[in-house]
Amino acid sequence: MNKEFIITVFSENKVGLLSQITTVFTHRNVNIESLTVSESAIEGVHKYTIMVCNEEDKVANLVKQIEKKVDVLKAFCYTPSEVVMQQIALYKVKRGRNVEELVRRHNVRILDIHDDYIVLEKTGHKEEIDELYQMLSPYGLYQFVCSGLVAIIKSRTELMNEYMQHVEERRRKAMK
Amino acid sequence: MAFSETSNNSATTFPKDLPRISGAEAVIRSLLAEGVETLFGYPGGAIISVYDALYDYRDRLNHILVRHEQCAVHAAQGYARATGRTGVCMVTSGPGATNTVTGLADAMLDSTPIVLITGQVSSSILGTDAFQEINFIEITNSVSKWNCQVKRAEDIPEAIARAFYIASSGRPGPVVVDITKDAQTGLLDFEYNPMKFIRSYMPENDIDDTSIIEAARLINLARKPMALIGQGVILGGAEKELLDFINKSGIPATSTLMGLSALPSDHPQYVGMMGMHGNYAPNIKNRDCDLLIAIGMRFDERATGKPENFGINAKIIHMEIDPAEVNKLIYADVAVMGDVKKTLPLLTEKIAKKEHTAWIDEFRTCANIERENVIEPAIERRGENLRMGEVVDAVSQQFDDAIIVTDVGQQQMFASRYFNFKRSRSIITSGGLGTMGYGLPAAIGAKIGMPEREVCLFVGDGGLQMTSQELGTMYQSEVGVKIVLMNNGYLGMVRQWQELFYDRRYSFTELVNPDFELLAKANHLQYRYVDKHEDLDDAVKEMRNAKGAFLLEVRVQKEENVFPMVPAGQPLENIRLE
Repeated sequence: MNKEFIITVFSENKVGLLSQITTVFTHRNVNIESLTVSESAIEGVHKYTIMVCNEEDKVANLVKQIEKKVDVLKAFCYTPSEVVMQQIALYKVKRGRNVEELVRRHNVRILDIHDDYIVLEKTGHKEEIDELYQMLSPYGLYQFVCSGLVAIIKSRTELMNEYMQHVEERRRKAMK
Repeated sequence: MAFSETSNNSATTFPKDLPRISGAEAVIRSLLAEGVETLFGYPGGAIISVYDALYDYRDRLNHILVRHEQCAVHAAQGYARATGRTGVCMVTSGPGATNTVTGLADAMLDSTPIVLITGQVSSSILGTDAFQEINFIEITNSVSKWNCQVKRAEDIPEAIARAFYIASSGRPGPVVVDITKDAQTGLLDFEYNPMKFIRSYMPENDIDDTSIIEAARLINLARKPMALIGQGVILGGAEKELLDFINKSGIPATSTLMGLSALPSDHPQYVGMMGMHGNYAPNIKNRDCDLLIAIGMRFDERATGKPENFGINAKIIHMEIDPAEVNKLIYADVAVMGDVKKTLPLLTEKIAKKEHTAWIDEFRTCANIERENVIEPAIERRGENLRMGEVVDAVSQQFDDAIIVTDVGQQQMFASRYFNFKRSRSIITSGGLGTMGYGLPAAIGAKIGMPEREVCLFVGDGGLQMTSQELGTMYQSEVGVKIVLMNNGYLGMVRQWQELFYDRRYSFTELVNPDFELLAKANHLQYRYVDKHEDLDDAVKEMRNAKGAFLLEVRVQKEENVFPMVPAGQPLENIRLE
C-alpha cells in the first residue's frame, strides 16, 4: 500500500550530488512529490528533504541506496506523524472585499499591495494551501506558486548530531 | 619542511624549494604512490599532457595501448579480477570517455575495483560544448561507485587517493576521476597521502555480535542447510575462512556464477552452481532447504529464479558487506553485516561440528541424474559434430590450473559448468551486465596481471567479433592468451531462447562469419582449426604447448542448447533437464 514518507538526506556539498540522488528515484521508477535542498544546521553539510508516496519496503530500500552514495553522510526516513512539516505558498490575487475577508479568516500574510492585485503568503500543510487556492480561485487568482516541504523531527535532539559524533569516533580510529 | 632522516619513502614528500611539478606528472606519481604497475589506456587531445608525463615513466609504469576505450576498462577488470588489485585505465574526454561506459557498468554490477582517469576540456570552457566535451560526471552517475571532476592541479593527488580508497574498500566498484586540461598543465607542490577515511563513506559496518550468535543458532538447528557462495568471498580474500566454515559445518555448498572457484570444484561438499544454467541438485533442492546461508552474494535474479519461491521453506542468513543489498530482493531472517573475511571466522567459532551425510547424499542422487542425463551426453565424444561441453571438458583436462575467461552466452555457461576449478580467482566472466565482447580484453588484462598462469579464453563467434580489434593489442603487447573460439555460426544463446520460447523463429541470430584463420594470421596469432572428435585433444595439446598467443577455432554443432535451464522468471524447481 502506498503511504507518504519524508526522507531527509545529509550530504557533502558536492557538485552533481542532487542528480545522483534523484537518479536513485528514477532508476526505481519512484516519483518525487516534493524536494527541498539547502544548507543544514551543520556547517558544510547539505540537507535534502524529499517526500515520496510509495510502499514502505520500496522506500526503505531506496533510502539505503541513497545512503550508499559515497558523498551522502546519512539518510533518514520518517512517516508524516514523526515530523512537523510545512510548505509555503504565494498567491497573486485580484483585490476585492471578499479576498480581504479571506485573508483575515485564514491567517494569511499580505506581502505586497498594488492597485489591482495583492500578493498573499500562506504557510501550512499542503491541504491548507490547496484549500485557500480553491477559495481564492473564484475571485481572480493571477498567479500561484508553492514550495517543497521542509520538516523537523519531533524528537528533541537532531539525530544527525549524534551521527556526526559517531563519524568523529570512526575518524579517530581510522587515523590511528 | 626537511627530509626525514628515517624516511626511505621520500618519493611522496618534497620540500617546498624543489621544482613544482605539473598536474599531469602528479597523476603519474600518484599512481606510482598507489603501487600501480600497469594501466590500460588510449591517448587523445584532452589527456595528452598526462601521456606526455607518462613518457618519462615508461620504465616504471607498464601502459597497455588498447584499440578501443571500452576494452581499456574490460582489460583493467580482467587484471583486477585475476590479481585482486585495483585495475587502472586512462582515456581522453568525449568519445574516449563515453566508450568506457559499458565497461564501467560491467564493473559496477560485478563489484570490480577500477580507477578510470579521463581527460576533460579546460575548466574555462566547461559547459560550452567545446570539442570533445561531454558531461562525463552526469553520464557516469549510475555506472560508477564514485566520480569527481578535478579542475585544479593541486587537487589531483587527493582526488586520486580518494579514488583508490573508494574503488577498493567496502564493496568494490569503478571510480572515475575526470581531470580538466588546465589541471593537468597547472603546477603544484606534490605530496601524496593515501586516503584512510572519508567521513561520508562507511565501507564496512561494525560487526554486530548478536547477528553472529543468531546465525550460529539457526545453523546449529538446521537439518537441511545449504551455503550459497558469492563473489564476496573472493573479493574479501576469504577462501580459507570459507573452507573452515564449510568443513566444520558439514553443510553442502553451492556457488553463484561470480562465486565460482572460491571453493575448489572437487570439494566433497560442493554441489555445483546455482541459478538459471546451474547444476540440477542445488536448484531442485532449493525448496527442500530449511536454511540458506548466503555468503557474499546479492541474490541476482539469474541466480534465484522467481524470488517469491526462492528458499520457500528456508530461513535466510545473509552475510553481506553492502547494507543496500539486504532485503532488496530476498528477505533476510538474519543479516550478518560486514566483510565475510571477518564475519565467517566468528561464525565458524560458534557453530557445532557436524556432518550432513544423508542430506548431502540427496544432492548426490540429483547430481547423478544430471550426470547421466546432461553431463555425460554433453562431454561424450560422439555424434557428427563437436559440441561445446566436450570442448570445455577437453580444455579443462589439459589446462587444469588456468584462469578461465569467458565471453557471454552459451560458451560462458558451458565453461562455467564443465571447467574444474582448483583455486580461487580462476574464472573471469561478465555476470551482472552480461557484456558480449568482454572476454578478449578481460583475458588480456588477466594475462598481464598473472603472467605466470595460463589464461584461456572461451569465446563465441559473435562475442569475438565485438572486440576482435584487441587481437592487435595482444600482438603489440605480446600477451599470450590462449583463445578457444567456439564457432557455431549463431548467436547461440539467443538462438536457444528463440528455439525454446519463440517457436524457432531465428530472427537475426545467424552469423555469416569472416575467415577466422585470416583474422588470426592478420594479427600474427598461431592458429588451428578443429572439427573432429579425434583431433580435439591433439589440438588442445598444441595450443597448450604453444608459446604465446594462440587461436583455436573449434567448429561446433550449429544448434546446441545449454541444459539444465530454469526458464526466466520461474522458480528454481522448474529446472529443465532437456
